[in-house]
Amino acid sequence: MPLDVYLNVVVGGVLTGLVYGLMALGLSVIFGVVRVVNFAHGEFAVVAMYAAYLLFVTLGMDPILSLLPIAAVFFLIGYGLQTLLINRFVGRSEHEQFILLVGLAIVIVNGLLMIFGPDARPTNLPYSFDSYAIGPLFIDKARVYAALGALVVASALFAFFRHTRTGTAIRACADNLTGAAVVGLNIKRLYATTFGLGLACVGAAGALMVPIADASPLLSQAFTLLAFVIVIVGGLGSMAGALVGGIVIGVSEALASFFLAPSMKSMFSFALLVLVLVLRPQGLMGRRA
Amino acid sequence: MSELWSAMPRRGRVILLVLLALLLVAPVVLDRYLISIFVLIFYFAYVGQAWNLMMGFAGQLSLGHALYAGLGGYVAALLWLHFGIGPWLGVFAGIAVATMFGAAVGWLGFRFGIEGVYFALLTIAFAEFTRIAFDNMAFTGGAGGLFIPYDAERSHEWWNLRGGPLLFYYLGLTLALAAAVLTAWLSRSRLGFQWLAVREDQQAALALGIDAFRVKMIAVLISSAMTAVGGVLIAFYNDNLFPAQAFDISRSIEIIVAPIIGGLGTIFGPIVGAFILTPLGEGLIAITGKLGIDAPGAKAVVYGLTLMAIISLRPDGVWPWLKKLLGLADREP
Repeated sequence: MPLDVYLNVVVGGVLTGLVYGLMALGLSVIFGVVRVVNFAHGEFAVVAMYAAYLLFVTLGMDPILSLLPIAAVFFLIGYGLQTLLINRFVGRSEHEQFILLVGLAIVIVNGLLMIFGPDARPTNLPYSFDSYAIGPLFIDKARVYAALGALVVASALFAFFRHTRTGTAIRACADNLTGAAVVGLNIKRLYATTFGLGLACVGAAGALMVPIADASPLLSQAFTLLAFVIVIVGGLGSMAGALVGGIVIGVSEALASFFLAPSMKSMFSFALLVLVLVLRPQGLMGRRA
Repeated sequence: MSELWSAMPRRGRVILLVLLALLLVAPVVLDRYLISIFVLIFYFAYVGQAWNLMMGFAGQLSLGHALYAGLGGYVAALLWLHFGIGPWLGVFAGIAVATMFGAAVGWLGFRFGIEGVYFALLTIAFAEFTRIAFDNMAFTGGAGGLFIPYDAERSHEWWNLRGGPLLFYYLGLTLALAAAVLTAWLSRSRLGFQWLAVREDQQAALALGIDAFRVKMIAVLISSAMTAVGGVLIAFYNDNLFPAQAFDISRSIEIIVAPIIGGLGTIFGPIVGAFILTPLGEGLIAITGKLGIDAPGAKAVVYGLTLMAIISLRPDGVWPWLKKLLGLADREP
């Protein structure tokens, strides 16, 4: 196999992996701060895909642009959800959170199934079949735009956590909850903001996924598992880790589906997950607690 | 046994005996469809109990129990199809394979200190890995599945687990009952108390000299062995096996919702949960059908909302609440 074939596959995997990484970033933020395992994460990604699909079909809006309104709406949904429902489950045992969010996931998937049916909805963008040719590399335009979009959103989130007062306050909650409460931070509101930000991430990632994959309710469970695998592989609580984990999983999926069979791609992700759990439980980029 | 019996409050014993008697004679009046629902109830009560043992008592959250049920079913079905070895023997091979996987998951998890959500993800990883492997193995029928042929002439061979719904009704009832008795017995044994100690505070348990690794391993082994038996039952009841169903995470979720909704770490919780959730699912199919709602998913939306409502209103499960309602709450049965 000539080298440029490998290169093409790897580059495609990296670009897709960045979008995966943004999706996982949302999970990592929620898990790392609110300590709630969002088992409906992939379901939200698919809702965002349908939203981007509808915005494209009705208004002709490019998914790369529609990620802004979608992320904004998803922030509000997440804020509301945390305030009204999930706050009562913070600090409760994992299996209770699990049932709550799995119930929510079942409602979302089947709601989508009722509205849109089981068939995949492709979005045919004007540049869907264009690619950049750089030397021996042919890179899909759609993937490049999606990956750049993911990087921009991730950087914005990173800047928010680093440079704003609210971002710092949220990090304080993650580092030392008691301390954060003692200095008078409004934990509930910060948690709601965090859940909103997590959902905004997954909303943006869903919109960016549209140029790469067709919207279908059946994707949601795979996305949820994918996000969990990436977060663990990359390292929980490390924002860069989510992106790195996304790239690692994206590349391993691309290689496996190219050289073996597309149906076998996630096998390697799960094998990688087991290896990381055993050998480096803090993840590739995580620090040992 | 007799100690377990006498530990139950008098009223509880009466209710239990009446319910058991009713279940024993119920097939006389039940039609085929209702019997099939009861088979599912017993199945979920049984595998739920197996999962409950590991999570409810030993405190280890497994989200991959479909792995053990699937392996049990596949091993017994393959032995039957390829070598003509009947499932009453094949079940032991199924148990052996499932416990081997259980041992691998447990060893990795407990030796390397993988806990809570991380342990749950480890169990998911094993189940998903196996699902994809079975999807791509020709020997096991691949993604196209494995079919246990239905042969009218052999349909009475109960010794080969071939038979009508009644066979599976009584088998399922026996298994569910046996699992409840086993759990009750284990929960009062030295091992049962060690499980509780590890569940509540592993550090304290270690300080008391409890070998946490050992007792957790025993929990995984018993639980996976029990689940494998359930897998054989359901495989020969359905007459088919598909990797995308047998090992899927949605199957694992199905296994764990009944014990959680019923009441985790209680003996009657998984049974109560199965008696609530299975008829709920089936009833919703009937209702949406009657109302003429043919949208796929309508039933599941209601099911999901019900899960959310129950876990919000009764986070400890329905059984502890029901027990109080029936006036059985003084002593833990």
